[in-house]
Amino acid sequence: MNGHRGKASVVEDFGREAMAISESVGRFAFLVRSTAAWMLRAPIEWRQVLTQMLRIGVESLPVTTMTTFFTGMVLALQTGASSKHFFNEPLFVGTVVSFAMVMELAPVMTALVVAGRAGAAIAAELGTMKVTEQIDALYTLGTDPVRYLVIPRVLAFLMVLPILTVVADFSGVFGGWVVAYVKLGIPTSVYTSDNFENMEIRHFMHGFLKTFVFAGIISFISCFKGITTTGGAEGVGKSTTAAVVLSMASVLIIDYFVTAILSAVGIT
Amino acid sequence: MIEARGVQKTYPGRPVLRGVDLTVQDGETLAIIGGSGCGKSTFLKCVIGLVRPDAGSIKVDGTDITKLTRETDVAMYRRRFGYLFQEAALFDSLSVWENVTFGLRYLTNIPASRYRVIAKDKLALVGLKDVEDMRPSELSGGMKKRVALARAIAAEPTYILYDEPTTGLDPIMSDVISDLILDLQKALKTTAIVVTHDMKSAYKVASRIAMIHEGRVLASAAPEIIKTTDDPYLRQFVDGLSQGPIKMKLKDFEPETAGGGKGGEL
Repeated sequence: MNGHRGKASVVEDFGREAMAISESVGRFAFLVRSTAAWMLRAPIEWRQVLTQMLRIGVESLPVTTMTTFFTGMVLALQTGASSKHFFNEPLFVGTVVSFAMVMELAPVMTALVVAGRAGAAIAAELGTMKVTEQIDALYTLGTDPVRYLVIPRVLAFLMVLPILTVVADFSGVFGGWVVAYVKLGIPTSVYTSDNFENMEIRHFMHGFLKTFVFAGIISFISCFKGITTTGGAEGVGKSTTAAVVLSMASVLIIDYFVTAILSAVGIT
Repeated sequence: MIEARGVQKTYPGRPVLRGVDLTVQDGETLAIIGGSGCGKSTFLKCVIGLVRPDAGSIKVDGTDITKLTRETDVAMYRRRFGYLFQEAALFDSLSVWENVTFGLRYLTNIPASRYRVIAKDKLALVGLKDVEDMRPSELSGGMKKRVALARAIAAEPTYILYDEPTTGLDPIMSDVISDLILDLQKALKTTAIVVTHDMKSAYKVASRIAMIHEGRVLASAAPEIIKTTDDPYLRQFVDGLSQGPIKMKLKDFEPETAGGGKGGEL
């Protein structure tokens, strides 16, 4: 009897979990739809968008720049060491650094850092607003949390993340130059010519277009986790953690599919 | 006029409202009393459309909120209400005057250039001066409640809903807030529902008191009648006694719901 009950309980738990996940997916889809509807229906709160752009940008710029700078340094060091091993001299360091940074590492690293920095801040802020009834207050004062809170954050992300990524492109390439010049003894003219010789606009666009997808993923997940927070201070902590973990995992997973699609249409 | 008929609401595994029937006449101030978790605040949120009832109807001036499905219709419906939240729910990122005038942009056509003057007037109505540029985090609990009250009345609503207006305040500040509600009701001539478990406040502000117990309206009468009632449930609640029919019922109830029922609200 106990065994049967145990199995039933496992099935029940699994079913309950599956239901909860489907419900969350449905509510997430509803949030995305509602955001699109509000964008068409009501004027956009540009003041809020600007505030959020400044917050996301200012909060994230130092850490994204530093992260990609060191990533560029590591790439140069690894490439230099490998090519020295095979060819006896550090070849193609500038090419490897610029292509890797612009097409893949700068967009992904920037998205991950911003998810951890600004995404967490959004989930915590909206989560606190939810548990202190500030979101209900928005409804009673004639507006809607999607219009006042979600749209400005999504738009701010869509505008700021590409800018941060372009800065990260330069920062990574510059980090690579520091190592190439100081440690590997590669002349600046050789490094920069390696950087740009084979680089075409489509290579830059490959990385640049990804940032819009990442911006959408992080902003929607962070807002969704924030405005669906329940359970007081503990709930805010859980939502914030969930927003960061889910955003980061989604960025990494969806990155593969976006890369595949961009490659299929020739943007690579 | 607000007419609620057979309003029911169940949260997962926990029925909160089991058929509430209440009418609030124009100009009346109805106080709803009842123990923690009895459904008073849920009922108030059903009235303004923040919570959708599972069954029943709530008509305000003939419009049934339970029948409205389009967001714009619900927003139009809500325009007639001012709502004072239990914990004030002021926006942390905005100053006091921005909080007070927040709804004007969405609810009225008043030009933004007049907002600051309006905020000053409304703050004066609730007894506050020179706080316009302060942040909510710089205010005491009583001041927050007053600012929230100023925000609730800023767009000059027809109905004001007060959710536990004196909770968390010291006895003197509670009395001050009750006086303020009374003064505002007289000055603005609005219809109000005050959800409270503070009997002193209920007696002071209400023209009628209704008690909700186990999701239903147990009784509804003028404060003078409530004061002298012989009903054992009402008597126990208004006198604040641990012994009585409500306690007995709770004791029978506790062992089964201790895990996820009333205990979950703490």
